[in-house]
Amino acid sequence: MVRSLLIRGMLVGLLAGLLAFAFAFVFGEPQVQAAIDFEQLLAAKAGDPAEAELVSRGVQRTVGLLTGTVALGVALGGLFALVFAYAYGRIGVVGARPTAAVMALVAFATITLVPFTKYPASPPTVGDPATIDRRTLLAFAMIAITALALVAAVRVRAHVAPRLGTWNATLIAGGVFVALIAVAQLILPAVHETPPGFPADVLYRFRLASLGVNATLWLAIGLGFGAAAARLLSPAHAQGCATVLHGQDSL
Amino acid sequence: MSEVLVERGAVAGPIVAPRELLPYAIFAGVLLSLLVYFVGAEEGAASLVGGSAVHEFVHDARHLLGFPCH
Repeated sequence: MVRSLLIRGMLVGLLAGLLAFAFAFVFGEPQVQAAIDFEQLLAAKAGDPAEAELVSRGVQRTVGLLTGTVALGVALGGLFALVFAYAYGRIGVVGARPTAAVMALVAFATITLVPFTKYPASPPTVGDPATIDRRTLLAFAMIAITALALVAAVRVRAHVAPRLGTWNATLIAGGVFVALIAVAQLILPAVHETPPGFPADVLYRFRLASLGVNATLWLAIGLGFGAAAARLLSPAHAQGCATVLHGQDSL
Repeated sequence: MSEVLVERGAVAGPIVAPRELLPYAIFAGVLLSLLVYFVGAEEGAASLVGGSAVHEFVHDARHLLGFPCH
């Protein structure tokens, strides 16, 4: 069972990576290029010599982008399948499609959406190369804190639900989650590294595109894997497998 | 029934025992995490290969997927 789920997860992840590439290429690449153009304009004004290109822009925005989104899609799809194998029947949701949909929504919110409100994705030129270590640490810390806040909220909900009912317990859990995130975001240091004069529209559209790329990835994984797993787990499929095995036995 | 979302005709209980899942989880988890690392962080905050070929190759994906990048 785990083997079948893992294979499906990686295949769905591959497809999700292709869709994310299409979204990124259409909506994200123009903004990346605009940011790079701005960087080169600054460099030209300062009289700096042009940087040697190790990998050409043409490769970066096509094969490079595709490799990145597909590799990440396969990795996240595979991990998704393993978490699904454990989560199925254990998270208060019945069925493969609802389980996968809820998981994908939680993953998108925890890994992308909530951390984004503190440390959003940034285009080239925005971000000082000297602070990459610190920014990487902060970004991953924010994701970890979001995940922990979610676990805390779920535990609070389970704890108070018998006394206050499901609705009120969910509201309280939501309040706990928002409060924990708010405190964490107030404590964590701010990152303001947008160079003066950087076009605000480009920054806004880049960030919107980045959210879209991640939403595409998780939407495709959640719905695609849910459909694939539902087929795998359906009684008809199980019966088909039994017939095949039986047929082999009789040979 | 306390479940919020229910798919008709679906198996209600767990489908995989933790014992069956563990080896897959460790092996695939490590491998797939490495893949995420190469797309997201190699030659940024940390560097296993050296140089900046990996970084430059997946450069656009790294930015658009929201990983911190230079």
